[in-house]
Amino acid sequence: MRYAETGFNLEIDLTRGNIERVATDPELTKLHLGGLGTNAKLFWDRVGPEVSHFDPENLLIFGTGLLVGTPAPSSNRTVVSSISPQTRLFAFSIMGGFFGPELKRAGYDKIILRGKSEKMVYLWIHDGKVELRDGEHLRGLGSLETAEAVRMELEEPNAAVSSIGLAGENRVFFASIEQGRSSASRLGLGAVMGDKNVKAIAVRGTKDIQISDPMAFMKLCNESLHYIKEREKNPVKGVMPILAGLGSPQEMAVDDEKWHTENFMWGNARTRRKGFWTEDIAEQWSHTMHTMRTRLLSCYNCPMKCGAAISVDSRLCSYMMKCFSKLTYTMGAFADLDFGLRIAQKATEHGVDAFSAPQTMAFAIELLEDGILPASEFPGMPEDSEGRFYWLLDKIVRREGIGDVLADGTHWAAERIGNGAQAYAHNNIKKTEQLPLKLGMLNHMYFLMYSTGEKVNITQIEGNFPQAPFMTREENEEFTKDWPHVPDDRFKRWFEDWELRGENSIPNYPHTEAACEIVNWQEQMHYIDDSIGLCAGLSSFPLKPPFHIHNIPTLISAGAGLEMDEETLKFVTRRNRDLVRANNIRRGMRREDEKPPEDHWKRRFPELEEQLLTDYYLFKGWNEDGIPTEESLRELGLDYVAEEFLETGILKAGGAAAAATGGAS
Amino acid sequence: MSEPKKKKTIKRIIIDVDKCNGCQGCEVICSAFHATPQYSSNNPERSRIRVIRDPLADIYIPVYAGEYTAAECAGRDKYMIDGKEYEECAFCRASCPSRDAFKEPDSGLPLKCDMCESDPTLDEPMCVQWCLAGALVFDVREEEVEEEEQEPEELDLGIEALANRHGWETVLAAVSRLSKKDD
Repeated sequence: MRYAETGFNLEIDLTRGNIERVATDPELTKLHLGGLGTNAKLFWDRVGPEVSHFDPENLLIFGTGLLVGTPAPSSNRTVVSSISPQTRLFAFSIMGGFFGPELKRAGYDKIILRGKSEKMVYLWIHDGKVELRDGEHLRGLGSLETAEAVRMELEEPNAAVSSIGLAGENRVFFASIEQGRSSASRLGLGAVMGDKNVKAIAVRGTKDIQISDPMAFMKLCNESLHYIKEREKNPVKGVMPILAGLGSPQEMAVDDEKWHTENFMWGNARTRRKGFWTEDIAEQWSHTMHTMRTRLLSCYNCPMKCGAAISVDSRLCSYMMKCFSKLTYTMGAFADLDFGLRIAQKATEHGVDAFSAPQTMAFAIELLEDGILPASEFPGMPEDSEGRFYWLLDKIVRREGIGDVLADGTHWAAERIGNGAQAYAHNNIKKTEQLPLKLGMLNHMYFLMYSTGEKVNITQIEGNFPQAPFMTREENEEFTKDWPHVPDDRFKRWFEDWELRGENSIPNYPHTEAACEIVNWQEQMHYIDDSIGLCAGLSSFPLKPPFHIHNIPTLISAGAGLEMDEETLKFVTRRNRDLVRANNIRRGMRREDEKPPEDHWKRRFPELEEQLLTDYYLFKGWNEDGIPTEESLRELGLDYVAEEFLETGILKAGGAAAAATGGAS
Repeated sequence: MSEPKKKKTIKRIIIDVDKCNGCQGCEVICSAFHATPQYSSNNPERSRIRVIRDPLADIYIPVYAGEYTAAECAGRDKYMIDGKEYEECAFCRASCPSRDAFKEPDSGLPLKCDMCESDPTLDEPMCVQWCLAGALVFDVREEEVEEEEQEPEELDLGIEALANRHGWETVLAAVSRLSKKDD
């Protein structure tokens, strides 16, 4: 009997049209849980470094977290994994919504797509019945249009549909996979789906999901809901409103955008607009939100309302939006919120990532203005900023003219354009566009998170530790009073002693050992969520969440029937973390790839940064080049990784001596 | 003076469709609560509350399972409210041959909301406890029920009317004949 998971994967060979239901090894659940962990294992086993993103051998996996579909609030996440056209590394992009639980109820933990279909198809999974259906008639439709068309055709209004728009079909390197309420947007996995000629996956499941120890599990679920209720009534004081509560940043609910519009950068992540947020703007933007936002929305079985239905025309809901996509188009184009919400409707139908797309368009405008790209590359483009963005979006998703170059994202477009364009792709990590955030003093903990994150997205690494200390020690102490979430009490002391200015401030305090522990803790929580399928919004992302390192082990043991305690969970998470890294090391990722944008902070400390990175690597059980050591790999039971690394010369025999024993727990 | 009036407990769930955001948490917990053993599994298909969701039409209506009916209505209704087009019989609670809702997926047997009747009694049905959005609110009130005078029942009046018209003998013969036919 398998609990929480189904014990079966769907293996789809698109080249041959073959579909198999394959039983999975329960040992793998013990070793890797599910979601990201088992996705990483499948990639290690099947996708060697010689496979590139658009090869048929590349896999596209939709993997549900271990607890997805159980009553645990927010356990609805699907981890989509593939080799990314942008980073050329093992990518994972995570979506909430309704897809994962539906897939579980249909009787599968993962969908594993391999090969390429000759014709456009869509996959229809209805419990035990699975078929590849002709999708040629869906070609060119938007992502939401596709989902609606598929539901109509199947006469299944309740089917959960993941689909791509034009951008995915045309293999835009930052194409997303859209799912209505949610999306897997980062790292261009929609392009891989398009390359495989899969327009959509529709799922309908009507089976039960079993729980191992129902009473213990429900006790925790009820406690978490009770905690959420109380926590929402008592927001954390002294932090900006979007960080005070739970969930992902409450961009849909909060109208006040002074902080983002005056501290984040506009255009191609360069221009700060101090004093932008006037009373007039506040009133105008609130009006936009109140007229266009028709309802706040949840994902499956979650009490938070991080998304919203946005209405841009006579339809009641034109599309669904979440988080910071609210502002990226507006700020990229130096426009107003009305424009941002309107163009995001088109962008969502086309299926593009809301960080990379506007950044790439702003990059193109800069190249034009600075004469690096000639005006002749932009025939017929309107003069006004908003018109230009619509024009560019259209060219990109169709890969027409200059759009074909820009569709590769800023890094690869700059390589193709040359002529100094590389300097304009300045806001990237690992070839991927980042939040348009430029700050003063180096924050050494964020330096480590930005550098070593393999989701390549800061919000997927940061979270449980406050971004900054409060004004006074008394406030710090007030904060740590009810903070049982920390792994141990040292974390409280580090926070209490932390100061905004003076000796105990960034970049020297928290000192190196503490910084490593703090970064490791935050990342660890994300890796746990990504393997069990809890949303970061109720666990690894906000301050003082309902789920944390002390109660998640019980959730896993009572839910899935695995023997689990804190130490074991930390150990399994370290194994998953290193397996993700091993996939990327094998693909050539090294220390020199691990750096934030040059201009992320004004005040940099090159020597300190190098030392920090080395110390953190050693703390993690990696060598000075960021490669997990033989000793560390063997300790984690990843001997097969160690052996391949030794065989291929990635690790030298006895080289582990260079690294201290892994201190990360 | 009249006798003390009889009291009847009315349990009610107030459904605020404007507050529903479609998470289906009510379906998850309802099906888990009613699973055997309790909470051992969940499956919204077995839930006694269903959220009719049509996100692009902005439709989110929680509907509770009511009585089983052997036959569907003579006609169907379709509501249009504020420009929203609701599906046929959207607001109906019946477990009815016209649709799949409120039937056990394996057996097809009807499902009916029992307000989470259990021992010990819950303060609120589980769906209400789990709806943090406040779309489902539980209240209980007592209604006084009038002690009705022993008025002739409708059936008595009808039969009396028939006897007046046709004579008792004819009516009794007809009743006896018809009741045999039904066997």
